[in-house]
Amino acid sequence: MEIKNFKVLAILLLSAFASVMLTAGCTGTDGSAQTATPTATAEQTVTATPAPAETAQKEYADNELLIATTTSLYATGLLDQLAGEFMNDTGVDIKITAVGTGTALEYGANGDVDLIMVHDRARENAFIEDGSGTDRRVFGYNYFVIVGPESDPAGIKGMAPTEALETILTKGSGGAEGVKFVSRGDSSGTHGKEKALWSVAGYDYAEYEPVWVKEDWYVEAGTGMGGTLTMADEMDAYTLTDIGTYLKYQGDGTINLAELVNEGDDLINIYGAILVNPDKYSDTNVEVGKDWVNYLITDDVQDEIKVFGVKDYGQPLFFPAMGALDVLSPSGVTQDEISAPLA
Amino acid sequence: MNYIAEGVYQAFVMIITLNPDVVDITLRTLTITLSATLIASVICIPLGIYIAFNEFYGRKTLISVIQTLYALPTVVVGLVMYMILSNNGPLGFLDLLFTSTGVMLGQVVLILPIITGLTISALSNLDSTIRDTIVSLGATTGQFFSSMILEARFAIMSAVIMGFSRAISEVGAAIMIGGNIKGHTRILTTAITLETNIGNFSLSVALGIILLLIALTVTMIVSRFQQS
Repeated sequence: MEIKNFKVLAILLLSAFASVMLTAGCTGTDGSAQTATPTATAEQTVTATPAPAETAQKEYADNELLIATTTSLYATGLLDQLAGEFMNDTGVDIKITAVGTGTALEYGANGDVDLIMVHDRARENAFIEDGSGTDRRVFGYNYFVIVGPESDPAGIKGMAPTEALETILTKGSGGAEGVKFVSRGDSSGTHGKEKALWSVAGYDYAEYEPVWVKEDWYVEAGTGMGGTLTMADEMDAYTLTDIGTYLKYQGDGTINLAELVNEGDDLINIYGAILVNPDKYSDTNVEVGKDWVNYLITDDVQDEIKVFGVKDYGQPLFFPAMGALDVLSPSGVTQDEISAPLA
Repeated sequence: MNYIAEGVYQAFVMIITLNPDVVDITLRTLTITLSATLIASVICIPLGIYIAFNEFYGRKTLISVIQTLYALPTVVVGLVMYMILSNNGPLGFLDLLFTSTGVMLGQVVLILPIITGLTISALSNLDSTIRDTIVSLGATTGQFFSSMILEARFAIMSAVIMGFSRAISEVGAAIMIGGNIKGHTRILTTAITLETNIGNFSLSVALGIILLLIALTVTMIVSRFQQS
């Protein structure tokens, strides 16, 4: 009996321990986050506890900003770096969920986040028009590229983007050996760009896609950019990718695909930050949101974007929007969108 | 494919040096999962006892439903919880979306059927002579229940361990409810998903090894407990 009692006692103790963990973990901020002692060894560590308040620091009513973003900004490490610096300067806790443009827009439309950072102007415009978002600022851009096996079985190297896609389509559906195209197939910003390119080439995506997926050459990955690149690499296939993710993967030696089509205005990839409309969702953190957006378009951050990735990949992963109006205006970007701080 | 060797090495280094990111993610994983297991146990064990020892209309159907829900897909839990906890959802006002409490609730929902169902099985498998003996000795209802639990404690504990294992290994609900936010809702499984997505395969392997080690440690502690 004594042994049994001991066991019951042990169970109770275990439960009590778990309860303590529970209260530590679930009341307000994470208790566990504070137990980790940040050291200088981890370069990219963003400390969970904000730096000691400086006297000049602004007092925010709500010290947290929740951002939903496209995967490319996060996977390349750019957003983490910028958020870390903003957190050090302001003491604001930047919380980032990297989900892809389609999901980010959905989170914004449901008022589940304060701000979205995405790259699909057509759907961004719709998002603002239906009242889900208010102000947009464009902070950076880069280009999409069509990548594929070094051997280039369809012979698209150096073609215009739409011509390249048509060639892949013609050869692929004609049964040419080794011609395959992997599509994101996930309503991401990149998938949106692919649809737009097909449309420019004269193919209504909604009409053709159901036919293509039944053929061997068109593969829908249904996954993020990284997964799609890995899949294209394994299958020796072509795919459309943002240059940032491609350079990271190529530079890290994860994939071995060549950049085949990288010229053409059609390939521009513009990143925007949009505040979720506070009139629609009263708990949107506008105060911090505006400061964050304004921070993105400061000279310092724009300079930082210019050199981000150069050290690791030999070229920048993104270009600053500031001073690039001539490049961006054909897509409908205005000077105000690039440089006017939100009031 | 030296990812595995590299991952094993990285896991070793991260554990030895107590890499702060890894410690943070690991502690959060344990906190969330242990809390979920505890809450689910507190609900499920009495519920399981009630169902096991009472005859009522629809009991068999209820047990079948519970057993079917063992296979509840984690992404379905994630989707439903997202819709409920979203600002537009019925419980949006609680602000639980993208918090570790939200992730924990998701895990609770996921493992409720497992712990309940396995508790029912554990008690149903008890030799009926034990029941009769306890009743014939004139036990009160409370004494009856506590002695039944004592008799079936190992099996009930296995039920709890099964629940814990399911909770700590799931990723679908955690990523949809929690959003995989660094420093807040990132746990081992969602970190593995992210690192795999951004091509850091060896880091994924390392985190996977740590996850396995935790599961192994917890299970070993409990089985020692059972054997002693």
